[in-house]
Amino acid sequence: MTTLLSAQNVSKSFGGVKALVDCSLDVEQGSITGLIGPNGSGKTTLFNVITGYVKPDAGTVTFEGNDITNARPNVVFERGIGRTFQLTRIFGRISVLENMLVATQRDESWLRGLTRSKSSKAEVASAMEWLDFVGIARLADLEAGALSYGQRKLLELAYVLVADPDVILLDEPAGGVNLTLINQVAEKIRTLNKSGKTFLIVEHNMEFVMNLCTWVSVMHQGTNLVSGEPAAVRSNPLVLDAYLGGGDDDEVVEAVNG
Amino acid sequence: MRQKKNLWWLPAIALFGFFPMWVSNPSYMAIAVLTLLYMACATSWNMFSGYSGYVALGSGVFYGVGAYTMALASTHWHMAPGAGMFWLVPLGGLAASAVALPIGWAALRVRRHTFVVITIATLFIFQNAAFNFSFTGGSAGIALPFIQWNASYYNVPFYYVALGILIFITVVSAVVRRSRFGLQLLAIRDDEDRALGLGVKVAAVKRAGFTMSAFTIGMAGAVYAMFLGQIYPQFAFDPFFDISIALMAFLGGLGTLTGPLLGALILEASQQYFTVSYPYLYLFLYGALFLIVIMFMPQGVVVFLRDRVTKKAEREKAAVASNEAAVAGVAS
Repeated sequence: MTTLLSAQNVSKSFGGVKALVDCSLDVEQGSITGLIGPNGSGKTTLFNVITGYVKPDAGTVTFEGNDITNARPNVVFERGIGRTFQLTRIFGRISVLENMLVATQRDESWLRGLTRSKSSKAEVASAMEWLDFVGIARLADLEAGALSYGQRKLLELAYVLVADPDVILLDEPAGGVNLTLINQVAEKIRTLNKSGKTFLIVEHNMEFVMNLCTWVSVMHQGTNLVSGEPAAVRSNPLVLDAYLGGGDDDEVVEAVNG
Repeated sequence: MRQKKNLWWLPAIALFGFFPMWVSNPSYMAIAVLTLLYMACATSWNMFSGYSGYVALGSGVFYGVGAYTMALASTHWHMAPGAGMFWLVPLGGLAASAVALPIGWAALRVRRHTFVVITIATLFIFQNAAFNFSFTGGSAGIALPFIQWNASYYNVPFYYVALGILIFITVVSAVVRRSRFGLQLLAIRDDEDRALGLGVKVAAVKRAGFTMSAFTIGMAGAVYAMFLGQIYPQFAFDPFFDISIALMAFLGGLGTLTGPLLGALILEASQQYFTVSYPYLYLFLYGALFLIVIMFMPQGVVVFLRDRVTKKAEREKAAVASNEAAVAGVAS
């Protein structure tokens, strides 16, 4: 296994709040890596640092061996790292298909964009293919703002996929989504993973993470507490202590233990 | 995607093309010239601000720069008064774009409200400069070479040049709307950070759109200066111009192609007409028009009409469907 994406000793403070403290994380090529931890433990900030939305105070991010620390979000995306957001972000006043087309142009200048039409036939075909893959192809002509919450999550996944990234960062793909859809999303991720895509997933749904991920890292107070196979992490006393606040919440312990 | 064949522009061009042959009254023709210029400016403004959501309220800078370019170039080069001066119109556009480059570079670093405030500030900086620099003639303004065309004929060349500019910018705006570049502007309007994260070079796209939008407004300003024959800082760099073209786009339908055309046509023509015909009432009439649109068509006239048409079609479809269901029910 080779490391595809790596964050080394990353620190970031917002005013007096230390969101990330000397945090390191490796994502192996071909893995589905889960990133769990209590609210405010720095998971999303780490996502933001990796994808260029937030500049770290210290540390480096490398992708395929190249330094991408402080690269702009569009550059990170062009390199092959796609992401979704915890609160889904779609383009509400253009159609679902147009949402897809925004993502299909890697590394194109504005002048080239001006002299060509919105999309080539191949781009539309590939966009429709991915919409079909997530199951919302019939909504292609609809204004994206009219989609339900779950459909927005699927659209967000689809337009990240259409650009064919090597690694996909998903921020709570199962959050606020019904059980059927959660299973559907998990199935899509497995299929994509088999075709060679690497995933890094932030998620609070333990069942989802433990069943799906091949590797799990636990964040606590801005740093990577422990990493390992799901089974090992699940039974690690440090994790139980940190994530579950001393393990006195029986319900949650049960949830973790399955 | 299905593309509807839209041919609204054919009768529109015919109507505008033949207009001077039907209407010979010079005061109506003068209104028509200004209306066409405003339609072009509103369309150009909408091509950036409407598509990208960056509401710029300093476009009077480009209008004024175009006007002053025409005035300064024609006087300094001692041009013969007449149609030859029209060659300076594209120069006015280029000057406006050249000015838009640094303004856009600075102003487009900030978003939404801050952007609006900065663009307003640029207008007053330019107006002040025009008042105070010696080469702009200060508050006395600049008199352009005096064109001695017959009064009954004077407006006609301006009318057709303005119409040419209007057709130019309408085509450009339509091309942008259909291009990848236009899609990127719309994506920036809906969620700029998300667009950035999907590989859209937002900074370059915004600057390019802003600079392109300035070009046509500058050309219109150049025609305006030549049309009036004399320009002053407060009329070339006019805050009312900024607000007018933005309102025209809002009234017609922000971000649509036909909205600004319709908005400018309604507003500029009615304003000019009311001013002349009902000098004591025109502000009331103008205000009432605004209230009606804002209350009943908050998204603009074009969007309002389009929704009406699609809803009617949907109702008819639904009626047909329920009829069929009823028939099926009876049959079984």
